[in-house]
Amino acid sequence: MIELLDPTSPLVWAQSQAVDLGWGLALRWGLWLVVGFLGLFPGIVAYMVWLERKAAARFQDRIGPNRVGPLGLLQPIADAIKLLTKENLVPAGADGLVHLAAPVLVIVSAFLMLAVIPFAVGMAPVDLPSGLLYLMAASSLSPLGVFLAGWSSRNKYSLLGAMRAVAQLVSYEIPQVLAVIPIVLWGGSLSLVAIFDKQVEFGWFIASPPGLLAFLIMLIASIAELNRTPFDIPEAESEIIAGYHTEYSGMRFGLFFLAEYLSVFAVGCLVTALYLGGGMPLPLVRFPMNLLGDSLPRLILVDMVLLAVFMFKVLLFILFMFWVRVTLLRLRVDRLMNFAWKYLTPLAIVNILFAGIWYECVIRAGVLTLGGWLWGWVVTGPLVVFAVWLVVWINRRLLLGGPAGVGRPSLGGTRVDAGAAPG
Amino acid sequence: MIINNYIFIGLLLLAAIGFALAPLLVVRLIAPRKRSLSKSEPYECGVLTVGETWIRFRIQYYIYALMFVVFDIEALFLFPWAAAYAGLGLFALVEMVVFLVFLFLGLVYAWAKGVLRWA
Repeated sequence: MIELLDPTSPLVWAQSQAVDLGWGLALRWGLWLVVGFLGLFPGIVAYMVWLERKAAARFQDRIGPNRVGPLGLLQPIADAIKLLTKENLVPAGADGLVHLAAPVLVIVSAFLMLAVIPFAVGMAPVDLPSGLLYLMAASSLSPLGVFLAGWSSRNKYSLLGAMRAVAQLVSYEIPQVLAVIPIVLWGGSLSLVAIFDKQVEFGWFIASPPGLLAFLIMLIASIAELNRTPFDIPEAESEIIAGYHTEYSGMRFGLFFLAEYLSVFAVGCLVTALYLGGGMPLPLVRFPMNLLGDSLPRLILVDMVLLAVFMFKVLLFILFMFWVRVTLLRLRVDRLMNFAWKYLTPLAIVNILFAGIWYECVIRAGVLTLGGWLWGWVVTGPLVVFAVWLVVWINRRLLLGGPAGVGRPSLGGTRVDAGAAPG
Repeated sequence: MIINNYIFIGLLLLAAIGFALAPLLVVRLIAPRKRSLSKSEPYECGVLTVGETWIRFRIQYYIYALMFVVFDIEALFLFPWAAAYAGLGLFALVEMVVFLVFLFLGLVYAWAKGVLRWA
């Protein structure tokens, strides 16, 4: 019957893709949307804010919020009430519609990122075959929102913040995307579920020299993408008031705030799923799903263990972000740009080749053996160390090179670079 | 069946927009609204703003944007290569080395020409 019709017609295509929305699927989606995305995730994020205030207070020898409820646990609710009852100010010359759209766009970006994360076995909201590409696309929506916020406010500090944000986010997106390529290469798929399955077989991807390097690049680049200290020059309060959200107050500012923490959570989930083995408790030892037996309740019990391990890793990641924030100082603009283009990008490119070598050494064999794993470390470990040393050495030399130390860094640099290019 | 997943993404998009707009609606209903001239001025340290804000910006941004596009498209090429690597073997690795060396030379060229100098 289909042969009679023109196979290129949209009707035939639509029929072949016929949507089969059963009750089970509708229930599943409904649960994810209502309980997960509209209930649990914002709740987690609200208490992340509380946790950050508590943790930062401890780092600075203070107590932190302790008045609203026991241990200040009701603080997020009090904050929400305050934000909801504050007047919404839009500056006179601003572009009203864009001013409204910008925080919405940032929130949407953070929400969409969470849609493909495999929290445990069978617990990904959706399993897209091109999940990682989708994730990268979703995460690059937020720079757009940040820029629109700064531009539409018609405030010079906002504009400066927006311009800084664009330069920074665009620069750090390159190493971020390149650091994901080794994972795709080892996983053999863009689906995060397939990548998780591969890590069940071959251990956490971070447990290899190229994986460790990719993880570190990803970690630094994602802190930069999230505009958090030490990469918070788009909102550096000592220089440009509050950067791109200077003109945002009340709930609209609250949306930016929420989006920032939602993105931290989303990136934590992403890093856990890609590098830290998802819900796997041990780096190299396979965790059998039928540990307690094959009956459904027991499988679900084991799955809950995986989910708990996943969330624990995300929590550690989040605490690490807090730790970095209270410890490190803000970078200077030019150093920040240099770090992305001259350190992280070359390392990320070279790391793809190391990932290929690791694949040939360890994963090509089809099963993880201790011998293969050690052999992979012996081969790629020195390469990674050498690459890091080379990049640092070239950059140091360029900084010191030239007659006066500044002035002409490019002249002395050309020769050194050309020699290092085949890396 | 695959298209089902994208329907979920569409629903999630709507849910996210709703999630962002709902508190703004509440603000509109319960928060005070009292406009005044000085409140709607741009917040620039208490000084009246001087000159036009929406100006043209440095050309250097254009070069950074170009570099970004080049490397992002490179990454786009790398994704299918990486996903299909298992079936391609060592030859594909060598080919990708050649591709990466070319791109690396582009970065080195931009570096040597001083594009990456931010001052």
